[in-house]
Amino acid sequence: MITKRIIPCLDVKNGRVVKGVNFQGLSDVSSPIELGKYYSDNGADELVFYDITASAEGRALFTDILKEVARTIFIPLTVGGGINTLDDFDRVLKCGADKVSVNSGAIKNPDLIYQAAKRYGNQCVVLSADVKRVNGTFKVFAKGGRENTDMDAIEWIKRGVDNGAGEIVLNSIDTDGVKKGFDLEMLSAVCDVVNVPVIASGGAGKAEDFIELFTSLPKVDAGLAASIFHFGEVRIDQLKEILFECGIPVRR
Amino acid sequence: MVAIVDYGVGNLFSLASSFRAVGAEVVVSGDKEVIESADKIVLPGVGAFGDAAEKLFSSGLAEVVIEQAKKGKPLLGICLGMQLLFDKSLEYGEHKGLGLIRGEVRPIQEVIPKDLKIPHIGWNALEFGRIKHPLFKYLSEGTCVYFVHSFYGANCSKSVIASAEYGASLTAAVANKNVMGCQFHPEKSGKAGLSILRAFCEMGEKK
Repeated sequence: MITKRIIPCLDVKNGRVVKGVNFQGLSDVSSPIELGKYYSDNGADELVFYDITASAEGRALFTDILKEVARTIFIPLTVGGGINTLDDFDRVLKCGADKVSVNSGAIKNPDLIYQAAKRYGNQCVVLSADVKRVNGTFKVFAKGGRENTDMDAIEWIKRGVDNGAGEIVLNSIDTDGVKKGFDLEMLSAVCDVVNVPVIASGGAGKAEDFIELFTSLPKVDAGLAASIFHFGEVRIDQLKEILFECGIPVRR
Repeated sequence: MVAIVDYGVGNLFSLASSFRAVGAEVVVSGDKEVIESADKIVLPGVGAFGDAAEKLFSSGLAEVVIEQAKKGKPLLGICLGMQLLFDKSLEYGEHKGLGLIRGEVRPIQEVIPKDLKIPHIGWNALEFGRIKHPLFKYLSEGTCVYFVHSFYGANCSKSVIASAEYGASLTAAVANKNVMGCQFHPEKSGKAGLSILRAFCEMGEKK
């Protein structure tokens, strides 16, 4: 039986992990390499590295670091941030990424998903969508959630899958940072229309939120979070024990 | 020395790193002589069967791999590399494989319930047969490894050494004497995966 995945997400800017982290035994808490290895050794099923660098120099640095991360971890690695062209796919895949996540790049150029899936396979293309309720409907937001595209999120995601996206990361802007649980309503609406893995993001504050996610929405494949893992509020190995106790299949 | 056969598909960086992590001396090469002089051969692969098989045969590397395998050299196919060991594949047409494992590669949608997602992607538990194969000597049954595939090894029951449950029992690993293959990615399967690569590297070594 396929297990539910727990995925920590690291935001990297100019080669350093942003958002403070607090782990014992790590000499450099903002080193993506050290943190990546820590998560890989402590039960994470996958890692997501998100490059939030703006400059070309910073991006080159990210590429170097990615290679080092790929050398030291032996779990799947997804990379996102600033992916606008097939050359961007090529750049991060050559560094050892297994999957590439597109967001604003696909909004600007929807054909990117199709082209990338054709070249690298659907399993390589992750569509990440930042979604927020506007007047009772789900809308896609671009530029890190700052800009309303006015596109219907469910339609957008369905189209992305039809074009070859092999996985969806659904980030609810409404629940992001609130720490009161995942956006089950939004996730359910997406799960109803796609037949590829859906990764829930935004809203996790405690272990119970993951239990609720996987028990109420069996079609959700994975839960993604950042700060609650980074700050040690939820430890992945402990979270998995709790999920296991609740009868949810996890890799331990 | 472990030679990873480079025939122009995919990125072999992670695979080479994982062999280095278990202390193996490893070379990534498409050179016939390098592959012939290695103690062990790894056949990787991502993408479509037809395209990969075409590259493997047209480069002449298929013959080298077959010849070395028939001489008894340990050979490990990974993911599409495992599928290439089979007689043939029915992925978008019919394509000839290396013929080192009896059976054929077929779409998983033929055997799994319609409501399950394709590809079979994520961490799934290994179920061993009655006898645990030496590749898994460091693992216990039920250990999870990382899968990404839409096609599977069929009609190969004699060679199956591990399977995974996904609405049906899917071939997870096969072996025919010195020829072995994993449908999953040991290089992406954490410590469990590394232990499989270590076991492969230790094969045939004097104790």
